[in-house]
Amino acid sequence: MAKKISRVLLYLIVALGALTMLIPFLWMISTSLKSGPETIKVPPVWIPQVLRWHNYVEAFHAAPFLRYFVNSVIVTVVTTVGQLLTSILAAFAFARLRFWGKNFLFMIFLGTMMIPGEMLIIPNFVTLSKMSLVNTYGALILPWLASFFTVFTLRQTFQSTPDQIYYAAKMDGASDWKYLWTVLVPMSKSTITAVTVLEVIGSWNSFMWPLIVTNSEKMRTLPVGLQAFTTDAGTQYQLLMAASTFVIIPMVIVYMFLQKYIIAGISKAGLKG
Amino acid sequence: MMNEKPTLKSSLKAYLYLLPMLVISVTFSIWPIISSLLMSFYTKYNFYTDKVSKMGFDNFIYLWNDPDFHLAVRNTLIFVAGVVPITVILSLIIALLLNQIKWLSGFFRTVYFLPFVTSTVAIAMVWNWIYHSDYGLMNYFLSLVGIHPINWLTDPHWSLLALIIMSIWKDLGFNIILFLVGLNNIDKGYYQTAEIDGANAWQRFWNVTIPMISPITFLVSVNGVISSFKVFDQIFALFQGTPGPGKADLTIVYYLYEKFYTEYKYPIAAASGVVLFVLILLVTFVQLWYSRKHVHY
Repeated sequence: MAKKISRVLLYLIVALGALTMLIPFLWMISTSLKSGPETIKVPPVWIPQVLRWHNYVEAFHAAPFLRYFVNSVIVTVVTTVGQLLTSILAAFAFARLRFWGKNFLFMIFLGTMMIPGEMLIIPNFVTLSKMSLVNTYGALILPWLASFFTVFTLRQTFQSTPDQIYYAAKMDGASDWKYLWTVLVPMSKSTITAVTVLEVIGSWNSFMWPLIVTNSEKMRTLPVGLQAFTTDAGTQYQLLMAASTFVIIPMVIVYMFLQKYIIAGISKAGLKG
Repeated sequence: MMNEKPTLKSSLKAYLYLLPMLVISVTFSIWPIISSLLMSFYTKYNFYTDKVSKMGFDNFIYLWNDPDFHLAVRNTLIFVAGVVPITVILSLIIALLLNQIKWLSGFFRTVYFLPFVTSTVAIAMVWNWIYHSDYGLMNYFLSLVGIHPINWLTDPHWSLLALIIMSIWKDLGFNIILFLVGLNNIDKGYYQTAEIDGANAWQRFWNVTIPMISPITFLVSVNGVISSFKVFDQIFALFQGTPGPGKADLTIVYYLYEKFYTEYKYPIAAASGVVLFVLILLVTFVQLWYSRKHVHY
């Protein structure tokens, strides 16, 4: 009996906690479907009398959200693919190849991971201004094309594949290049998926850098555009919440489909670091 | 073959593989580290022409005497001290509870982790609305237990707490995942042995779970400290481009942003970045030193 009670209690606490996590999302969606007067009703209404889906259309047209969305997609895709390519190549060199300065270089990169990225903002802004790339996709993408975190994670995975496979491939006359792309990369699919998903989420949600390097409306990414939209929307909370919803939804969908990779990636990277 | 010495040929080849990553990271992270260190010592600097005519410690002296910077350091420390311990303890408790259940456990994990994947800016908008003093959900819930409305975002006494609550909510999921992995990795044999020796549930928790999970606790706290020191996005979005009422939410990174982006005082901004780095380093070292004594590997 005591066991049953503690079981019920356990579920009650966990469910209550989960509800706390969900309330902001539910409140966001609920508000996004309300009419203006309904948003300021006391006590608050959870389910609006009429579901105003039109709020989404209205919010979407109230600012150039389509443009922001396209920018976010371009920046996220190019950053992720580019970073993955540079990282796979570098990780392979660190895991398999022999070269002068390997340990030295590795230590330097490990050291750079300690530096807060915020310190790099000013010099990077200066560099990009000199290249006259401020307010272009170049500024939004270039600095993020290398990530030592990704190199480090991939290197661990590459190193854990047995040497025999490498030598067998060599015996069959495969070059390092061919071995990397036809054997190693397919074998490391789950780690690659994990770092890719983490990078997609990070890139999609990043705010400070795009805020600093974009100064025209047409170069803004979704988070920056959404932030700017608050000034226009004023107290029209239903529109603000509708806009927040469509910034959040794409990553929630990515998460729902690739949840197991994200969690594996975090635990792998987290536990090693 | 693996232990052979590198040759000129093998080195050249390896550097070809490294080249793209090297070019980017030298340009956008290694050189900038050096350059922002140097810049923090520029005392006469023209950013239009990128010309330096004098160097010295003036920027650090400026920070030392700037009440705004004191406020920023103070707020950052309060924020870190408010967010990290609570997040670590709460996420350990939730992970322990989640570890006990089977039915619906996948669903609960998904829910707890959801805030991690959502855009900080978008969810801060939602919290801005939750904190609304007249129509917000927070004050409504508080009114149910008889607490008078609080001006969460406009009263300097409450606005830092508002930021802390939101950040704890957002950070929990990530730590819960790490703790769950750690709990899963504990050898069940330890619990059986402890049970045979007559240890009760509470003793098993203190003498098996806590020591065995300590590396994760350490990792989660170090991670938490580093990311909390850098808080910016939440503030900008929650207070709509201001550092809170009466600068009550001005943090070091926000200070850096203001000096750099709105006041064009690059060298001072760079110096505040250096101070941030040193502070993070110091706290991390204290944590490392502490972990030497208390973390069981």
